[in-house]
Amino acid sequence: MTRALIPLVRLVLLVGGVPVLAASAIDAFGFEDAQAATRYQRLLAEFRCPKCLNESLASSGAPIAVDLRRTVRRLLDAGESDDSIRAHLQARYGDFVLYDPPLRPSTWLLWFSPLLLALVAGVVLARVVRRPAPAPTATEREQARQLMQKIQ
Amino acid sequence: MPGAKRLLPLAVFAALAAILFAGFSLRDPHLLPSALLGKPFPDFDLPLLADARRVGRDDLVGAPRLVNVWATWCPTCLAEHGELLRIRMETGLSIVGINYKDDSAEAIAWLNRYGDPYDFNIVDSNGDLGVELGVYGAPETFLVDADGVVRHKHVGAVTATVWRDRFAPALRNLLER
Repeated sequence: MTRALIPLVRLVLLVGGVPVLAASAIDAFGFEDAQAATRYQRLLAEFRCPKCLNESLASSGAPIAVDLRRTVRRLLDAGESDDSIRAHLQARYGDFVLYDPPLRPSTWLLWFSPLLLALVAGVVLARVVRRPAPAPTATEREQARQLMQKIQ
Repeated sequence: MPGAKRLLPLAVFAALAAILFAGFSLRDPHLLPSALLGKPFPDFDLPLLADARRVGRDDLVGAPRLVNVWATWCPTCLAEHGELLRIRMETGLSIVGINYKDDSAEAIAWLNRYGDPYDFNIVDSNGDLGVELGVYGAPETFLVDADGVVRHKHVGAVTATVWRDRFAPALRNLLER
């Protein structure tokens, strides 16, 4: 390995280490079966911590995230389905807690603005491409003729 | 008009800058809309701070009230405390406290020291009632009508301005109906 690669390797190790550190924020959870533990972790990753703006319930160390993890665990143990757990949290903390916001009139802009932007870009591109090239001027024609002569 | 066409990128940039400015600076991203507005106050079964009696949702209905989520570890709660005392004294509005994830002995000492505007305090030691209410930080204050329906919610300190501009009109609406 050359010396030049060392900073890169350091960066990869640093960034790669972040999820490991984040996962350790989850409280010890003694699940009987592995399937329930996986479900628990998958659900926690779906919810956004209300206090921390951009951390999931799985990774946040905020006290409210601890409370919400306990709530998810309680609902899970009570045999609630994934959808009813989602609905439970949404009823209390609003759409904000869902990383995957529902499709409804108030979120149309959020869902469709990328599509709209792509459409506008497509129209602009099409117009630019289709625009006829201006007729060459007399000087340009003369230059072209000279070039052709050189090639031949 | 070729001049107007040349200004188009600038106009697009200005519009984008205005949208981003509004999105990032005018609205505090920490303030979430309450999912509870217009919905009944959740049921609960928790002890009082003053004695071991337990209270529930039924103890909240009958009159409009403020329900204030507070704790001794929360400096903003102390900052708004004077205003809660004033509201209780001057308007006679009932205020119920939820002592949120706190030490009960410290909470009682705190009330003795700074004054007690609360009709009674509900002890939510592990924050479960907080989760039911969509609380994500103290203080939070709810206006609950006589039927136990949440009519207004405020996150952060209840200041004189917040009372005048938010709670007082909401309360007036309730009393006029």
